[in-house]
Amino acid sequence: MSANNTTDLSQVSNRLAYNAMRNWKEKLIEAILLGAAAISVLTTIGIVYVLVSESVHFFSNVSIVDFLTDTQWTPLFDDAHFGIMVLISGTLVSSAVALLVAVPMGTIIAIYLSEFADSRVREISKPILELLGGIPTIVFGYFALLVVTPILQYFFPTLPGFSLLSAGLVMGIMIVPYIASLSEDAMRAVPMSMREGAYAMGSTKLYTAIHVVVPAAISGLAASYILAISRAVGETMILAVAAGMQPNLTWNPAEPAATITSYIVQVALGDLPHGSIGYQTIFAAGLTLLLITLVFNILGQWLRAKYRENY
Amino acid sequence: MKPLTTEQIRAVIARGKLKDNIFKVMGIFCLSLALVVIVALIADMVIKGSERFTVDFFLNFASRHANKAGILSAWVGSLLVMFVTALAAVPLGVAAGLYLEEYAKRNWITNIIEINISNLAAVPSIVYGLLALGIFVYQFGFGQSILSAGLTLALLILPIIIVSTREAIRAIPAMIREGSMAVGATRWQTCRYHIIPYAMPGILTGVIIGLARAIGETAPIITIGALTFIAFLPPAPFSELGDGGTAGLFDWVMAPFTVMPIQIFNWTSRPDPAFEVNAAAAGFVLMAMVLSMNAVAIYLRYKMRKNIKW
Repeated sequence: MSANNTTDLSQVSNRLAYNAMRNWKEKLIEAILLGAAAISVLTTIGIVYVLVSESVHFFSNVSIVDFLTDTQWTPLFDDAHFGIMVLISGTLVSSAVALLVAVPMGTIIAIYLSEFADSRVREISKPILELLGGIPTIVFGYFALLVVTPILQYFFPTLPGFSLLSAGLVMGIMIVPYIASLSEDAMRAVPMSMREGAYAMGSTKLYTAIHVVVPAAISGLAASYILAISRAVGETMILAVAAGMQPNLTWNPAEPAATITSYIVQVALGDLPHGSIGYQTIFAAGLTLLLITLVFNILGQWLRAKYRENY
Repeated sequence: MKPLTTEQIRAVIARGKLKDNIFKVMGIFCLSLALVVIVALIADMVIKGSERFTVDFFLNFASRHANKAGILSAWVGSLLVMFVTALAAVPLGVAAGLYLEEYAKRNWITNIIEINISNLAAVPSIVYGLLALGIFVYQFGFGQSILSAGLTLALLILPIIIVSTREAIRAIPAMIREGSMAVGATRWQTCRYHIIPYAMPGILTGVIIGLARAIGETAPIITIGALTFIAFLPPAPFSELGDGGTAGLFDWVMAPFTVMPIQIFNWTSRPDPAFEVNAAAAGFVLMAMVLSMNAVAIYLRYKMRKNIKW
């Protein structure tokens, strides 16, 4: 009996030791997983650190007032000017062209797919839109420069070989899938009873879509437009290929101009020594770009919170 | 107000139906425009690039002569960079997704991580390039290597993998976890033997979509300073080097490189139209890679939706 007792006890202590190890292992694994999740926070910290620290060097050489008000951007010339407005104008004009294409097209497609199309059309269209959204931007850039620009030149012979217009148009096509798919999700989330109410009052499909479904889904639509804006502002390769890379303070889409992103590409293609003022300009430009997209994202989150409707 | 006559009511209805139909036509027009762009893009590249679809094109290095130039260093570079990207992004992304769904308590740390991930997804890709230029290339001293590029793209697609992992895990019903824990499994054992295997198709879809995005990314790789003209391959493990030594197993990760999108960019931006042909052919090869990856992902998701019934 006593012998039996000792085995029992040793079994119990073995069991306890095993449990302790098992708990310890569980804790360790949880810590490792937390570490992996924290990488995303580290990435953000890294981005802010790199952009801000290089920009601080930059702004110790160039005053912020000059940076924001100068009308020339010639950082690599002897007579250097650092007017970021020149690059911002290119970014805003090309984004505006893109949105003029993408917002109406994307919204119409979304309304059509969610309110009009039967399920078979939807099943076929969604993957096609997804494929369009998955095409590499460099291929779109090639398309803008070597296909769309010649077509536009056929209709407008004065259009130069590089222009914000053709880059912006192609960028708009690229953004359509994002708007269409996010807006469609938002509209499909509107409960059927609301549509049925409208139909019962004698509304047509289009009237229901525009006066009932779209207002109900407006926060989702707004979010998709905001995402489209930050895509357009951050898009790089289409502009680097098809919009030309010379800095040009213009509001005319038919001219070539550099954007914030294509300027960074242009500098990175050359061989600038680490630590030179030219090297620092791309970080200052990158910080400007990040702040612009940040403003739009905050605006988007605010809009979504303000107009969120729960059914 | 005077009541409408039957004719007037009919007219109102007819007008409403007409508007409906006009809108339908507009919808179909916009959808087909999207389709036309895809078809035009592919057709243009196939027609222009057709004379380059030879074995030599895949086996030649870049060259100053357009008709002798090929994409060997570019596709090898793309594959190697993707390998590094997958190796870094998949374990990190799955682990992060697993943590957020299965382990995280609702506290401020979790909130910060979640807000962070959704914000990172909206950061322009070129900003990741600047991050990599500052941190990987200069701080860590990785230089303009395959390693720098692979890690940059890994950070870029991390949010995609995390989000798809979370969605896949969220779709697993609670009874699976309860059953596993009821027979004495720990949280990790539940994850290891139940959650991860069941979430696998969803995770895989996310990984493929992420990699398809990464293989087409140009801007961040240009920013870290990838070269546009590379006429050699990274050293294979244990191969003989020019100076008589032998390459180590991982020497290739530090080698300079080029990738498909950069090769296309280089050819597109040359004034000589002979290089347009090369750009078209290389663009088609890249499109084929990306579209087939996307098609696999779409198919996987479609199958998953049909097969899984809890």
